[in-house]
Amino acid sequence: MNSAASSRDPLALELCALSKTFKLGGGMLHKSRTLKAVNDVSLRVPRGQVMGLVGESGCGKSTLAKVLLGLTPPSAGDVLINGKAIVNANQKALARHIQPIFQDPYSSLNPRQRIEQIVGLPLRIHAMGTAKEQAAKVDEMLELVGLPKRAAQQYPGQMSGGQRQRVAIARALIMRPDLVICDEPTSALDVSVQAQILNLLLDLKDEFGLTYLFISHDLAVVEHLADRIAVMYLGRIVEEGTREQIFSAPRHPYTQALLASALTPEPGLGVPDIGLGAGQPDPTQPPSGCAFHPRCPIAQPECAQQAPALSPIAQSAGPGTSQGTSQGTSQGNPTRVACHFA
Amino acid sequence: MNNLSSTERSTAPASPLLSVKQLRVDLPVAKGTLHAVRGIDFHVERGEMLCLVGESGCGKSMTSLALMGLLPRKAQVNADCLNFDGVDLLTVPERERSNLRGARMAMIFQEPMTALNPAYTLGNQLCEALRRHQQVSRKAAHDRALYLLKRVGISAAEERMRQYPHQLSGGLRQRVMIAMALMCEPDLIIADEPTTALDVTIQAQILHLLRDLQQEFGTAVIFITHDLGVVARIADRVAVMYAGEVIETASAQALFQAPSHPYTQGLLRCIPTPGKTLPGSRLQAIPGVVPNLVEKVDGCAFCNRCDQAAELCRTTPPLQTVADGHLSRCHFAHQLSNPAQLNAQEVTL
Repeated sequence: MNSAASSRDPLALELCALSKTFKLGGGMLHKSRTLKAVNDVSLRVPRGQVMGLVGESGCGKSTLAKVLLGLTPPSAGDVLINGKAIVNANQKALARHIQPIFQDPYSSLNPRQRIEQIVGLPLRIHAMGTAKEQAAKVDEMLELVGLPKRAAQQYPGQMSGGQRQRVAIARALIMRPDLVICDEPTSALDVSVQAQILNLLLDLKDEFGLTYLFISHDLAVVEHLADRIAVMYLGRIVEEGTREQIFSAPRHPYTQALLASALTPEPGLGVPDIGLGAGQPDPTQPPSGCAFHPRCPIAQPECAQQAPALSPIAQSAGPGTSQGTSQGTSQGNPTRVACHFA
Repeated sequence: MNNLSSTERSTAPASPLLSVKQLRVDLPVAKGTLHAVRGIDFHVERGEMLCLVGESGCGKSMTSLALMGLLPRKAQVNADCLNFDGVDLLTVPERERSNLRGARMAMIFQEPMTALNPAYTLGNQLCEALRRHQQVSRKAAHDRALYLLKRVGISAAEERMRQYPHQLSGGLRQRVMIAMALMCEPDLIIADEPTTALDVTIQAQILHLLRDLQQEFGTAVIFITHDLGVVARIADRVAVMYAGEVIETASAQALFQAPSHPYTQGLLRCIPTPGKTLPGSRLQAIPGVVPNLVEKVDGCAFCNRCDQAAELCRTTPPLQTVADGHLSRCHFAHQLSNPAQLNAQEVTL
């Protein structure tokens, strides 16, 4: 379906120096403050790959997702989908290429509509086919996400969390988009259901050749799904590289701390002392220089003065690591780190 | 039942701090009665960290609220035994119970913003916790609050004492909750998902702190969570809950090395684990959903999702001892704890 597009541009998504700032407060007695939720983010996501985006709450992951979906305009920079800028694009045209799956299946579905109405809504908006064709497509989609036929007549309130997330996935995929933004799609689910949904996302990716931007704070899940991973801290990407590189040889001290604090189910290891300070910084008053320096265990005086740029580093991995990854990852996308001492 | 209590006794020779036998919690709902907790047994030794683990709706929070006496009035709590250090929690008058609460058993909740009073300063709330239960001067209470705030890693503690909850981040608020729980040096702290709302780096710091303090003060902790990674790292013993029942209890080591209930085994298999699961491969999900606890559950509650269910599973499985201190509520617990035996059985079948 997308063969024409894919031959033109190997990148499903490209962000060029994207920023989003919000103005906070500002009344008679208060000075207004600016919050740089997304700060100069550049990212390239090759077609058919899963880009994992990790970081703590408030680091700008979800704001980034909103900008990509066209729900809020960027303050600066460009978003290119299939090589075309979205800034002045028609919202309807954009929706054919990019669709979201949100975290909370309890609030992302209209409780007053039947499942067939919810899943079929995109088809009606875009006037795709006759009512009969639309109904057939909804049935096909529900079957693909593993829901029984009778689910079409149910309301979201009659379904479990896992089933609702399947409905959200069916709604996202019914327009056959190229790119799906998954914003913490499993963090509201129990682990046994999480595995079902992750398997489904992997199956559908293979079936439709989808590209995912997978936002999560769960590092084990990201490691399982993602081909490349970008780590965000206070609105900036601090490290970006392949899954192997990020998990086996993280270069940025923040990435290292994140990985150290992930608790794998191995008894006897105890809780690691990750050596970060207690306080998360106030995003409206980010620290000078490198935003991570007040919590960084290896910070030097210069870190407080000069912000490090996100720059490519020499690939230290041995030969053969690019095997199996599609073209454009190992060559055109080297590992990038924003640290003076990486 | 007799058989059951004798196994309990053999694992706990000295009288435990808390012992729970056949605890049941029923809640009236629109469609009938929700059997949230369906006859559970466990005990907590002095100074140990017991993890109650299970998925949402398994009854772990209901259990903790029943122990604290914080369930709504319409909830029915029954038990054969609910004994906290010699005090029968079922018959103790409410006045005496509220004296226990905070002084000898304290609770840490998941969302500290809803547990702290937004209209009072932190210092005020910390001191009240102590002065409610003990005859101490304002100064002594203030000093203890200050000491504990410093102990839980809060910088500029003197200044924080004058601040209100909304002025703190989530991680700092949870540190304040821990300090508050420790004000009266309780014997037992019940921590209900205390790190679920926090970021991973903050979670690691809070867990590290909780483990340190628990060992320093010798406090017993019931730690309620759904995260098996957390359980593995902090628990002395673990009780796994499913559909209102405790289906397996064991030491943390034994539970992760030799899980002896199909549900525990399934839970451990379905989380992506670096080094064990191949990235991009399909995970071994547990099919189906949990049973509806408004209706009566016959036989093993897990049997409709279990890949090893047999005819026998239509009857309620007894709690079986698979090793010293390791109990499993499964008819095939002995085979499951010993995979070689299971394979042999499959061959003969």
